Amino acid sequence: MKFRVDNRYVAPLFITCILVVGHFAYGFLESYERTALAIGAAIVTELVLGRIFFGKWLNLASAYITGISVGILIRSPAFWPYALCSVVSIMSKYVLRVKDRHLWNPSNFGICALLLLAPDTVAVLSVQWGNFLWPMLVIWVLGSIIIWRAKRFHISFTYVLSFFLFAFVRSWITGHPWRAEVAPITGPMYQLFVFFMITDPKTTVRSKTWQCVVVFFVAFVEMLLRLNQVIYAPLYALFIVGPTAMLIETWLESRRPVLTQESPAA
Amino acid sequence: MKGRATARTVLTVIFVALLALPLLLKHFRTRGEAANTALDANAALSRYGFRLTEVGQAAGINFVHQAPTLDPKLKHIMPQVASMGAGVSIVDFDRDGWADIYVTNSGEGSKNALYRNQKDGSFKDVAAELGVGDVNQPGTGVSMGAVWGDYDNDGYEDLFLYKWGKPELFHNDAGHGFTRVTDKAKLPAWVNANTAIWFDYDRDGKLDLFLGGYYSEDVDLWHLKSTKMMPESFEYARNGGRKYLFHNLGGGLFEEVSEKLGIDSRRWALAATAADLRGTGYPDLFIANDYGISELYFNDGKRFREVGKQTGVGFSPKSGMSASVADVLNNGNYSIYVSNISEEGVLIQGNNLWVPRDGTAGESLKFDNLARAMDVEIGGWSFGAQFGDLNNDGTLDLYLVNGYISADRNTNYWYDFSKIAGGNSTIISDAADWPPMDGRSLSGYQPKRVWLNDGTGKFVNVAQAVGVGDVYDGRAVALVDLWNRGVLDVVVANQKGPLLIYKNTVGPDNKWIDFELEGGASNRSAIGAEVRVFWDGRQQVQEVTGGSGFCSQNQRRLHFGLGKNPSLEKVEVRWPSGKTQTLDKPAPGQVYRLKETV
Repeated sequence: MKFRVDNRYVAPLFITCILVVGHFAYGFLESYERTALAIGAAIVTELVLGRIFFGKWLNLASAYITGISVGILIRSPAFWPYALCSVVSIMSKYVLRVKDRHLWNPSNFGICALLLLAPDTVAVLSVQWGNFLWPMLVIWVLGSIIIWRAKRFHISFTYVLSFFLFAFVRSWITGHPWRAEVAPITGPMYQLFVFFMITDPKTTVRSKTWQCVVVFFVAFVEMLLRLNQVIYAPLYALFIVGPTAMLIETWLESRRPVLTQESPAA
Repeated sequence: MKGRATARTVLTVIFVALLALPLLLKHFRTRGEAANTALDANAALSRYGFRLTEVGQAAGINFVHQAPTLDPKLKHIMPQVASMGAGVSIVDFDRDGWADIYVTNSGEGSKNALYRNQKDGSFKDVAAELGVGDVNQPGTGVSMGAVWGDYDNDGYEDLFLYKWGKPELFHNDAGHGFTRVTDKAKLPAWVNANTAIWFDYDRDGKLDLFLGGYYSEDVDLWHLKSTKMMPESFEYARNGGRKYLFHNLGGGLFEEVSEKLGIDSRRWALAATAADLRGTGYPDLFIANDYGISELYFNDGKRFREVGKQTGVGFSPKSGMSASVADVLNNGNYSIYVSNISEEGVLIQGNNLWVPRDGTAGESLKFDNLARAMDVEIGGWSFGAQFGDLNNDGTLDLYLVNGYISADRNTNYWYDFSKIAGGNSTIISDAADWPPMDGRSLSGYQPKRVWLNDGTGKFVNVAQAVGVGDVYDGRAVALVDLWNRGVLDVVVANQKGPLLIYKNTVGPDNKWIDFELEGGASNRSAIGAEVRVFWDGRQQVQEVTGGSGFCSQNQRRLHFGLGKNPSLEKVEVRWPSGKTQTLDKPAPGQVYRLKETV
């Protein structure tokens, strides 16, 4: 009998592996309690809102990814930001909708909201599971395989290529060492960003080509933000570009004539 | 359908309210801090029971710290690499009963200062004439800090000077001068150290010495063989300097025993302190590390065991800069305070206050970080922190200095710092990869914290209100009764800044009692001795330390505030030898000078 994992659970399994390996290799979790709180808050919110608005218990894979991303990415000595971030992340899917599509990747929305509204309490990890080579390579390779299987590899690949391109542009403009400009993408925050945030099927445009164009623009806006010394540039770039692309696509789709089958002329 | 629309409206309202929540929380928090505004002396005295006045210049102290100029290959990030070296330690080197001040300097060829207390409110630098001033000669490295301890039990405190360079030991010749005894002690040729403490780990009556390396000892910061000398990680670095434990053999001889006894770490140590955390009689060793987790070593006198994870203090990697121990809850137990980095919008590590968990003790001792709950968490880019009862109300307050690099006020280096700090080890560890600082600040011009312990488990910052308004790049703090008035004054060493002397004025209603201990069977400095004061149904314990905070050492004398109209029940002294002594109903307002019988 061939063992197969439902595609919906591949990403949650992968991110759980990152969490477990990262923690036991480096102890990177702020605390078990905070991570559990983030995951629990996301799951409970999804269960409650799914029941209210869709009349059923939703599959929790997406909420789990949101919760665990918050648990890994958010850094705060307080407990409440973990719960609040997860809750507003999930809620954003239900509140910020246009034509029945939500616009922001949930954890991207929640984390950006907290960074903007609670900068005195919340930061995002910049380093967490060691800055060493082998875990980084393993995660990049595994992530690429999984994202390939999910048919989203082109998005991650385009973004990474664009990042490197713009890193060299930044280096040329600022005169800083190119290794310094490339440095951020070697950190773990980018691994979550590249594999889980920018590839979110619910918040990316439908066409494969335009998906690539959008992430190219994410990298471009990120470069502009970086040139203005914005520390969380990739998160903010996605926060700006992602929903903008979704809105444009929705608008274009609404202008397309609706094809109806006409009855043959008598 | 209508019900769903209503639900969506309700959800939207809740969503907006949740987004507004952080702003509301901040509003209430800052309202609580509104008390921290400048007050006149009388108002501060009446409201908080004390007032601090900076009197350095008036006291004849014109010391300004100089930073080193390291290898030109580090020029682009020089302010960051050469960002430490302002240390201060308190000693009564001539045993005249008045506290003196030793200050370290770090410019090549710059002079350290030993300020002798003139007993008239002024100080005189006698370092040069006594032979402990000209200690930063090119080629020998520069000073980072100093700790005093009577290693030969002759009654006079000797000086150990740690440097980025050659560590030095000076014997105190009965207060008339100092003799360099480094070679006889067989100290290592070069250590890039930022912490050292005296303690008698095996309780043999002779002071031993712990020395913690920061940069690796094979790095000469003036002649770099390679620019790959930076930490390999911002949070998991293990490529720092080694640790040394010098066992005092007597006769001025020391044996290095760190590895033999279980201390084998290459984390980037910035601070260490020792205290008997488990009541075993043996001092346990706590090390605050930059770029990583803290380490706690349980000591049974013959062996050290690292128990950071087991006890909870070595779990979350931060940027430890200072370590100090105090009975903050007046329950007879020691808590440990570690300072870290917090910068709004960038990095919120938060400082740690490790409080023993109820129901745990001895081998099963566990700590919880209560810094947030007790409001001593956010202190900027924090460095030295020391506990002491500043208003004599019977609870231990906390003085914290901060500020990393104050340069251009309008530009900062945080973006570039975070960019490189997130990079792979091959990038972060190479100084050549670090973007140039170009005169930018990095957490500069930060207001200090004077956290007043309200006795109910909360601290409130009253720095501005009580007269602490400086924004220098603070490094070391020492608390000391400079003028024998029964109050704790504050001495602050600032990087590339002046030495500040904050003279304390305390309202007359709050009483105090002090203890000066001299070991007999124990080491003569009485480092490791514990005094437990019982009064008005309360108790507080303090231990004589051989160094705490960041590159600093408080006065040896133990100072206890007692509050108004105290009724002292008893005082218990436990000497490092294990002997105990009890004083029944001692009178407040006195310094008790106790000698241990041999």
